[in-house]
Amino acid sequence: MHGLSESQFQDLVASFLGPYYIALAAMNGLAALYLWRSGQSKDWIKLPGSIGGHSIAITNVVVWLLVGMVFAILAAIAGSGNTALVSLPEWLREAINRGTGPIVYSVGTTIGLIVLYFLRGFFVRPAVAWTIWNLMWLFLGLSMTDPDFYDIVAKPDNVPIVMLVFLLAFFTWLATYRAVINDNRIANGEPPLEKLDDEKILVWPDLVYTELICMIALTAFLIFWAIALPAPLEEAASSVKTPNPSKAPWYFLGLQEMLVYYDPWMAGVVLPSLIVVGLMAIPYLDFNKEGNGYYTIKQRPFSYAVFQFGFLEMWITLIVLGTLLRGPNWNFFGPYEHWDAHKVEALNNVNLSEYVWQRGLNMSLPGALSFSDMPWVPLPDWLTSFLNPFLEFFSLLFGRELPGTLLVLGYFIALPPIMALTVFRGFYQRMGFIRFMVMANLLLFMASLPIKMVLRWVFNLKYLIAIPEFFFNF
Amino acid sequence: MPDLGETIRESQIWKSIFRHPMPVDRRNRIVVMLTNFFLHLHPVSIKKQGIALSYTWCMGGVTFFLFLVETVTGVLLMFYYRPTVEWAYTDIQMLRDVHSLGILREIHRWGAHAMVITVWLHMYRVFLTGSYKPPREFNWVVGVFLLLLTLLLSFTGYLLPWDQLAVWAITVGSNMARATPFLGHEGPGQQLLTLGGVDMITNASDARFALLGAREVGEETLNRFYILHCIAIPLGVALLLAIHFWRVRKDGGISGPL
Repeated sequence: MHGLSESQFQDLVASFLGPYYIALAAMNGLAALYLWRSGQSKDWIKLPGSIGGHSIAITNVVVWLLVGMVFAILAAIAGSGNTALVSLPEWLREAINRGTGPIVYSVGTTIGLIVLYFLRGFFVRPAVAWTIWNLMWLFLGLSMTDPDFYDIVAKPDNVPIVMLVFLLAFFTWLATYRAVINDNRIANGEPPLEKLDDEKILVWPDLVYTELICMIALTAFLIFWAIALPAPLEEAASSVKTPNPSKAPWYFLGLQEMLVYYDPWMAGVVLPSLIVVGLMAIPYLDFNKEGNGYYTIKQRPFSYAVFQFGFLEMWITLIVLGTLLRGPNWNFFGPYEHWDAHKVEALNNVNLSEYVWQRGLNMSLPGALSFSDMPWVPLPDWLTSFLNPFLEFFSLLFGRELPGTLLVLGYFIALPPIMALTVFRGFYQRMGFIRFMVMANLLLFMASLPIKMVLRWVFNLKYLIAIPEFFFNF
Repeated sequence: MPDLGETIRESQIWKSIFRHPMPVDRRNRIVVMLTNFFLHLHPVSIKKQGIALSYTWCMGGVTFFLFLVETVTGVLLMFYYRPTVEWAYTDIQMLRDVHSLGILREIHRWGAHAMVITVWLHMYRVFLTGSYKPPREFNWVVGVFLLLLTLLLSFTGYLLPWDQLAVWAITVGSNMARATPFLGHEGPGQQLLTLGGVDMITNASDARFALLGAREVGEETLNRFYILHCIAIPLGVALLLAIHFWRVRKDGGISGPL
């Protein structure tokens, strides 16, 4: 904890949490004010009895005001230094630490997103979304009193990720909210919301002024941010002091997380290139003409699901995992766990070839062929020395690593035609051969990461094809 | 006593700069958009839903504005910063502790992080509204290039403070390049590229060396990243931005239901 004593840390957190909870209280107060002034107040709980002939009820305005008051009380408690009262209980933090790991995290976020997707009609309701929004901030606030959590989240370079998570939560809600409304409207034969404001207005003043206000607000925000929080600057560079963990910039940490499952040539070069190519290919692969210029999910469920899987699940959650939950030696640490550099995790991963030859067939791994073992081949020396690496490589690929090679070739070569003939029949007919093959291979590459994750978790599988002699591991 | 503002607006100098009267009536609100250099990026009129924040999120505009902020603060920072191993870290410290303009460095750094986030949010919005669909396919591709350049700008800038965070992040990031197939000295296929028994791809000739200008992150890397960060990539971004904005107009303005 940067050499802070316990009481210094308490003071630091208290000075942060006081304004933090006041802001949350104000946020709920403003929400209540907005609902009341715009006439959106609704009776939630009817109370028995009446005053002067009017029945009384608890409205949403009252509820959010009460929530704001709870936050105000939390602000008073936390700001006066009683941080123990506004913390998650120790047993809960322990349970979260012990209960989380890469598997729980990955499977959990996947299930969470699937639930959000299928029950989106419920979750986008403003009252539900606002509750979740409040709970997210409350969770963050209650967790900040934990020194280990604070250390990770308040590290200057990690602050943008916390902002990213909240911004994405908000904008995903906004987009889904509008998509749900539009889908209902379209089902009723009405045009989408975006069609309603069809009238043309002049860019001066409406757009120009909006832009100006945005610029001023953004400038003010940046200056405030720059004053309130010093930008990352650590001690001077030293080529002998290797930090543990050594991390790439935060926006590449999803790629660094892939290094757990892939060799650098895949995680660092091939897959990033394919992400870029795949993004560029999207408009040429998506043949669906609907859903152009308005939020909708029902009119384009396939492209929506694929994109959200790639963006929210594989890009964002892996970045969050890589940044906040990966500590020394790239071990997984729970959110309230101390980053202990001596934590040891057993690494007993096994290659597929070892599974097949050694454990399955009970024999040693076959070696590579070489021209030096075959003096009967009538080739000049200069040619054999040139061809030798090729012979070695391909004899390993189709010898020792044959099981994995067959699996991988089958995955990338046999699967696309099967897909075209079965589930993606309609796609294939509308896309044509080349476009379909490009899409199928991009999808298969994308799906290879979760597949490799599951194989690792279930079978401790290291590589399907392992040819470290040629830096070729897959 | 003539109104001072009136006098200024009637002067020859004013009229030579702004070739239109004040945009107070409908006609001149149209004229201002057509005759002002900075405003001519915009159309004259637009559908009301096209400027609704709940539809656009304003994230493309915010990203562009952040690019301008980064450009201005970046140019000013260049006055105070020397890209050498000897001075880089000290100069950044001086910005924080000594110079009165030091806040620029904080704004520049946070603005860079914010720009990465807003580019993602902009793409997210464009995808969710299906705005990449015809006729805007190519502009999406230009946008992906801009995303790439934004990440590279941020990545090259990451090294410049020359602190532990910078050097090791770039070391980890650039280590990937040595695993480039065929072109990295620890990449698959590297052994196949030999000439008379001599490796063509070594740690002094591979992709990582091209990126770093040396075998390790050092003085040459700092210089290389500095030039990429301050000149090469911003020029590329400026060109692509021009195309991106031009295509927005040519492809029919902001997207909306047909």
